Amino acid sequence: MLPNGFIEQYLAIGLTHYLVVAAVLFCCGIFTMMTKRNAIGILIGVELVLNAASVNLIAFDRYLVSHEVDGQITALFVIVLAAAEAALAVGICINLYKNLATVDVDTATKLQG
Amino acid sequence: MASNTRTVTPVLTAAVVLLGMASSAALAASGPGAAAPSSVTGAVPPGGILEPILFYIVAAVTVISSLGVCIARNIVRMAVWLFIALSWIAFLYFLLAATFLGAIQLIVYVGGTLILLIFGVMLTSRSPWVRFDPPKIEIAAAAVVCGALLVTLCIVLCRAVWPATEGAAPGVSVADLGRGLLTTYLVPFEVAGVLLMIVMVGAAHLARQEKK
Repeated sequence: MLPNGFIEQYLAIGLTHYLVVAAVLFCCGIFTMMTKRNAIGILIGVELVLNAASVNLIAFDRYLVSHEVDGQITALFVIVLAAAEAALAVGICINLYKNLATVDVDTATKLQG
Repeated sequence: MASNTRTVTPVLTAAVVLLGMASSAALAASGPGAAAPSSVTGAVPPGGILEPILFYIVAAVTVISSLGVCIARNIVRMAVWLFIALSWIAFLYFLLAATFLGAIQLIVYVGGTLILLIFGVMLTSRSPWVRFDPPKIEIAAAAVVCGALLVTLCIVLCRAVWPATEGAAPGVSVADLGRGLLTTYLVPFEVAGVLLMIVMVGAAHLARQEKK
């Protein structure tokens, strides 16, 4: 078996571990938003970024502010807003497709009523 | 290619469900009952060796699937990778002892938002294999920018000194969350409800059939 104290010295999971995972998620989301031309692809990138923010909030809630619910409630609001944003964005994408017959964001260059 | 995705998805779903059961069992084992003997020896943290193992598995799958989202060039594959990433982020929440948030993530995100996105994909593409590829130079520039951002973030995070102790707090119960929502956060809670109603009306208006 492992020597005494090995786990908390080398393997203990702390705040930084979760923050690094969230940073990877954030950068993947940014990359997706930058490189995709499909409007729904960009939306998927936004979802990844929002999830990175939620992971950060919950990790801080667990490791920094003990016995408080602030971080978790803020993460709950993030999920609510993400759902609302996705519903509106999909509606806009469908309108874009109706008008231009594509969801390539580079073709949507005109603003007219 | 389509049949490949079709066979892979149920297998992945089963794996996700199995791991969810395993992690919740592990968390139950590392709860108050199991914490008592470890506080006597004082050597083993509450999760024991199980917590690092579960964390590294969950973190690895989350990172791989989010990389899959940004590497996949096909919108359907991106949606499948996002499905895997969101499900495993829910297990990350379970590991952080935010069980209610993990359940909400699975129900609202995986069950609602993602299905909405997939409906969007279905309604807006003539063929699921249509691609709009940006120029190679743009992909390279974006990769450089995001890589630099990631490296900087990791360096900063690893050097940061956090004020509180690293010891994890016991998880917040659903009752605490509900009490917080109906006392301190009552106004944002109500505003979120009104916002959801406005968004529902707005989305229905945006997606309605135009009358000639």
